[in-house]
Amino acid sequence: MKAVRWSIPLGIFVVLVAFLWVGLSRDPREVPSPLIGKPAPAFRLAKLHAPSETLATADLKGTVWLLNVWASWCVSCRVEHPLLVQLAQSGIVPVYGLDYKDKPDDGRAWLAQHGNPYTTSIVDRDGRVGIDYGVYGVPETFLIDKAGIVRYKQIGPLTPEALKDKILPLVRELQR
Amino acid sequence: MIAQVVIALLMLTGAAAATKMDPVPPGGANAPGMSALDVRLKRLESELRCLVCQNQTLADSNADLADDLRREVRTLALAGKSDDEIKTYLVARYGDFVLYNPPMKPVTWMLWFGPFALLAGGGAAWWVVLRRRARAAGSAAPDEAQARGRKLLDDEDDTKP
Repeated sequence: MKAVRWSIPLGIFVVLVAFLWVGLSRDPREVPSPLIGKPAPAFRLAKLHAPSETLATADLKGTVWLLNVWASWCVSCRVEHPLLVQLAQSGIVPVYGLDYKDKPDDGRAWLAQHGNPYTTSIVDRDGRVGIDYGVYGVPETFLIDKAGIVRYKQIGPLTPEALKDKILPLVRELQR
Repeated sequence: MIAQVVIALLMLTGAAAATKMDPVPPGGANAPGMSALDVRLKRLESELRCLVCQNQTLADSNADLADDLRREVRTLALAGKSDDEIKTYLVARYGDFVLYNPPMKPVTWMLWFGPFALLAGGGAAWWVVLRRRARAAGSAAPDEAQARGRKLLDDEDDTKP
């Protein structure tokens, strides 16, 4: 009888602690994307370095690729940029850049200054494609598989840990 | 004194000019100058969350993305989409988080019913405790009273000469 009396408040306490533990350790800025497991929204946009040419999602069918949303005005993009340059040099997975709500001149100047890791960058001048991808903060990075399905979304700058523990293993699995 | 008031007023107007404000006509959302579409958009936008400044509605937020999303909502509304269709469009891109009113589905059952379940659980616990206490009082008291009565009687016997 005494054990029951003790175990009820103790049980409630443990449940409460578990809820708070999980709830408070989450970052409210990271809103899970509903796009994971769904086809990447289609786009056809002008290339940053060749404005008369376009790149479309359909052109990338059959490849595993990363879509990195960046902009010259984005401060945190500078944090992840060296990592992207390194990744591009390794040649493991092609990185495509979505220059989000940026002046193409500023974008080109920024890449000239910091190095260009992108196979191709495309220009989303008014942010419409960004909305289709549920972009709400730059940088964001999407991993898209051969069939054009979004497999992973990194909100905020890429980190060496996220790359090593999540993205690259997933890339290898998807490339098989 | 007057100079101070003037300075304070200047600071106030300066602050108002510095905040980028929505072109809401004087008189608020229901001002006569507002078209039915504007009223509808205003209502719809107050049910949607701005993803950048997460505790503001799309209607209240001055964030760049909120501007874009308002423009998007307006375009969809002008294209004849219903409120539900517009919400579905945004949920498909940003998830249920854009809705200030979370939808009813298995993952949100706890959110919707949790407080009532807790209330019912607390009420039940309270009722059990009260009943147990009443039963304890009801059963213990007569025994005690009887014992005390007997003791008093015994004592009385003892003091008899």
